[in-house]
Amino acid sequence: MPLLARLFNFAQWLAQDRSEAEDLVQETLMKALKGFDSFHQGTNFRAWIFRILRNTFLTSRAGLRAAAVSLDSDEEPSVEPVAGATPESILLAMADQETIARALEELPVAAREIILLCDVEEMSYQEIALTLAIPVGTVMSRLSRARKAMRGLLSDGQMRMAGRGASRGTLQ
Amino acid sequence: MTCAEMRNSLEAYADAELGAAELAEFEKHLRDCPACATDALQAMRAKRMVRAAGMRYAPSAEFQRRMQQQIAPKRWMPWVAIRMPQMVAAGIAVALLLVAATAWVGRVERERTLGEFADLHVAALASANPVDVVSTDRHTVKPWFAGKLPFSFNLPELQNSEFTLIGGRVAYFQHSAGAQLIYGLRKHEMSVFIFREQAGAIPFQVGSLNSTKLGMHLETWSDGGLRYCVIGDTPASDVHGLSELLRRAARS
Ligand SMILES: [Zn+2]
Repeated sequence: MPLLARLFNFAQWLAQDRSEAEDLVQETLMKALKGFDSFHQGTNFRAWIFRILRNTFLTSRAGLRAAAVSLDSDEEPSVEPVAGATPESILLAMADQETIARALEELPVAAREIILLCDVEEMSYQEIALTLAIPVGTVMSRLSRARKAMRGLLSDGQMRMAGRGASRGTLQ
Repeated sequence: MTCAEMRNSLEAYADAELGAAELAEFEKHLRDCPACATDALQAMRAKRMVRAAGMRYAPSAEFQRRMQQQIAPKRWMPWVAIRMPQMVAAGIAVALLLVAATAWVGRVERERTLGEFADLHVAALASANPVDVVSTDRHTVKPWFAGKLPFSFNLPELQNSEFTLIGGRVAYFQHSAGAQLIYGLRKHEMSVFIFREQAGAIPFQVGSLNSTKLGMHLETWSDGGLRYCVIGDTPASDVHGLSELLRRAARS
């Protein structure tokens, strides 16, 4: 898939809105053209342009809103996995793309973006570090917490679904 | 490595971020510990599932056209070209990098394909019953697939080779059923996958791939409407050797 389509996918995941994603990509391209001097040949173009997009988002109105909701701390995960959720049950929940997508949407931006860069863009930790302008060690810890939070949401979702199933059962 | 240490390295393993030495230790433990092997497979599966779910939003054709025009240098006023030649160069570079499927995309997709076959291979070996038909005789294995698959294929004569046939099973790749044959070579196992060719299912025609991270070699080609993939943790020359035998068998 060409990079333009990938940038757009990432943009819509961040902005959660199609027209805002289009604006984001357009602004990113303009900045990339103007700032191409600051891109050094032989360095990582993908990390460079994703970084422009991400910074553009964070300074946009939607980005500031999102950042205000989740002041990302590198210490505390915002969602803890439910005790007793087994990897198997989470994997089962993950079998459904809709469930995963909903969990991704619910995650704070900092967790969502790092999971997208790692799992969807398949960036290396080094590339993610370049994109987010953080050390590789922070990439690893943030990614680990983000995935934990995601598993938490998935197991939550499972419990909710199980709960619904049970109440339906008693009604019948 | 202890199981606890394994759990700490699990994510880095699924992300293909372990260094060579650590990877070797990790995979050594995987071979001896079914619990950790299951965890590793699940971590890899989870990553793939997130990837599938995360490829969700596509730009409209109209938007893509608009963006391409915007970065295409030909649309710019001549004075821009004269006064800011670096803008033109940047435009060409950005346009090329964004719109063309660039080399890294190919590499990522190739690695993903290799990863998917590596998963199928490792999952089969890790399962309680790696093969559904156990036989060293191709004349037993081949007919077993008749009726289970919508195509047939030839298997090579192995009498004068180092390879032994272990057995076969039905495997699924991108929702289509195919044959998985497991061959032994010295102390290694290799998988041969045979599927009906699907346009675009594998993003390259013919080639061999190596992943030192996964410690796997893969060779793939297309012949007579079928797609063949040979994968194993053996040296590339062994993967190639088995591939050659299969190619010859297909023609006979
Ligand atoms: Zn273990």
